[in-house]
Amino acid sequence: MSDSMLKIQNLHASVEGKPILRGIDLEIAAGEVHAIMGPNGSGKSTLSYVLSGREGYEITEGSVTYKGKDLLALEPEERAGEGLFLAFQYPVEIPGVPNTTFLREAVNAVREYRGEERYDALKFMKVLRARLKELGMSDEFLKRAVNVGFSGGEKKRNEVLQMACLEPSLALLDETDSGLDIDALKAVADGVNALRSPDRSFLLITHYQRLLGYIVPDKVHVLARGRIVESGGPELAEKLEAGGYAGYLDETEAA
Amino acid sequence: MAASVETVEKVKSLGERYKYGWSTDLEMDTAPKGLSEDIVRFISARKQEPEWLLEWRLKAYRHWLEMPEPRWAKVDFPPIDYQESYYYAAPKAKEGPKSLDEVDPKLLETYEKLGIPLKEQEMLAGVAVDAVFDSVSVATTFRKKLQEVGVIFCSISEAVKDHPELVKKYLGSVVPYADNKHACLNSAVFTDGSFVYIPKGVRCPMELSTYFRINAQNTGQFERTLIVADAGAYVSYLEGCTAPQRDENQLHAAVVELVALDDAEIKYSTVQNWYPGDEEGRGGIYNFVTKRGLCAGRNSKISWTQVETGSAITWKYPSCILKGDNSVGEFYSIAITNNFQQADTGTKMIHLGRNTRSRIISKGISAGRANQTYRGLVRMGPRAANARNHTQCDSLLIGDRCGAHTVPYIENRNRTAQVEHEATTSRISEDQLFYCRQRGIGQEAAVALVVNGFCREVLQQLPMEFAVEAQKLVGISLEGSVG
Repeated sequence: MSDSMLKIQNLHASVEGKPILRGIDLEIAAGEVHAIMGPNGSGKSTLSYVLSGREGYEITEGSVTYKGKDLLALEPEERAGEGLFLAFQYPVEIPGVPNTTFLREAVNAVREYRGEERYDALKFMKVLRARLKELGMSDEFLKRAVNVGFSGGEKKRNEVLQMACLEPSLALLDETDSGLDIDALKAVADGVNALRSPDRSFLLITHYQRLLGYIVPDKVHVLARGRIVESGGPELAEKLEAGGYAGYLDETEAA
Repeated sequence: MAASVETVEKVKSLGERYKYGWSTDLEMDTAPKGLSEDIVRFISARKQEPEWLLEWRLKAYRHWLEMPEPRWAKVDFPPIDYQESYYYAAPKAKEGPKSLDEVDPKLLETYEKLGIPLKEQEMLAGVAVDAVFDSVSVATTFRKKLQEVGVIFCSISEAVKDHPELVKKYLGSVVPYADNKHACLNSAVFTDGSFVYIPKGVRCPMELSTYFRINAQNTGQFERTLIVADAGAYVSYLEGCTAPQRDENQLHAAVVELVALDDAEIKYSTVQNWYPGDEEGRGGIYNFVTKRGLCAGRNSKISWTQVETGSAITWKYPSCILKGDNSVGEFYSIAITNNFQQADTGTKMIHLGRNTRSRIISKGISAGRANQTYRGLVRMGPRAANARNHTQCDSLLIGDRCGAHTVPYIENRNRTAQVEHEATTSRISEDQLFYCRQRGIGQEAAVALVVNGFCREVLQQLPMEFAVEAQKLVGISLEGSVG
């Protein structure tokens, strides 16, 4: 195995005193794509928020090491600066802020964190146009306010564009496939595939197998009741597609 | 001090005017504390004003004595002791800091963030600056250029001397001295301010700003501004600056009058950032301002844009009287209150002429324990056939201890007139902040970004370089408001 990107050990987290994550162990190496699958309420979104540092989640036990650092000790913006990116399940609208401005602020904030110089407006537009071209996207929605009036597909593609601009080391994709028609799903998957590289890792969080038909993961994990109950290769996803999550629920309940 | 000696001589020579028992040592460059008819006479005499202006001041003063204070605004403060203030040349040198070392480091930090040059920092912080600095020479070049096209831009005191016919005709024509208690006080004791006259058909070749007016430094607490755009003229005027300004005087009662004749247009932009008091709500300026524009002529237009971030208490309603047929009034406002600030601000659109149109966009942001009210009147007079108004009034709350209130008054006396009012109140959401932070944007930058987005429609109305500064200011005003 190559260098470790993310190492989660015995992670427990609660929301308002209610335990949601109950001992997660997971290791992702640089360049790997992992998928976490699980039924509603299994803790998938909680995991993505805990990793990205959202308030309101109490870590009661365990540790997360990211690129050799204690991830949980960092503020959300520091995690972003360190190259952690979360593609939101529900991208947030920010009225009045043009998409370009938002992207530029984000890219420059991360560059500053890394001790790099800020891009001026011109230089940034150059970079942005290059990214758009790589992703085969039009610049049509750059002038519109962040996610305001975007269709579901546009919002998710916008997340992919942000990801491309921020060049993360580890990207978490939280139910990026939800609510997308097949064309939008393909477009998003193409975007993600274009960003795959030996020093970039992905964690795909999904309910359904269909995204994994377009982004083929190295490993698949099943999350149920706040624990990873089974891990395997891409074939595990197919098994789930056929059999559903019922077996896992019984298994955990029995345990 | 040659000028003041001269003034003293002049005052002495006026002799019997001072039969009301004037007893102050005239060697002093200040009037004694308090307000009386003598003080009004003193001010007028020091400014060598003509008789008619003194009479006008005195009428205002006598009326002021009888006039009640406006009580309808949603602001709360102890009664003002008018006798505790100085009304002419308050002793500054004694109280002002001697160098930047004596200035509140927090204020300096803000100047730093706004990128204000050192010399200007000194002036803004009230440090006694004796060297005549760069802006004076800039101003001279500036004036020359304006003279070429016949634009008059000077202090109102100069205008009284050099253009008495214009001042006499228009002073008090939009805001009568008896308009309200604060305007009345201003009429009695105003010490300086700006005068602008744009002749027929002239488009003023540059943005006019108080910053470039030579004696802008001592306009003091009772500023009086009069802008007249003659037929077909255009002018854009900028007031104030983004840097926080300190002043020893707590009460500020300015009056601004605008007059637009046929086909004329006046665009008036303000950034107000007076000292708001500290985080506990101590100190801070009371800013009680009367601003009103008269669209006197057909097809005339007056547009107010304001960014209000300072002052402990703001009481201000820049208004338009749409008298000329087809005239247009606009009001674009951003008001930010943080900590213990209070603002009651809005506009009045008085539609008198036919086909008159007005547009109001107000964005209020309240944080900390601040309270803010939008108060707006739209009145459609009986002659205002086909008049139209659209009002959009949005409030944004940050935290759970602040308040936002919207009080629209609508009076329609014409069946063909249309009035629309939209209002929203929202909260800056955890989702938005987390989304920004996940993208690497720190908490305070995230608040600034979201709020600037909220204010965008208004910021777009500001002249370019003013807009850039105002955006920075929006962020700075809200520092410490979250988390």
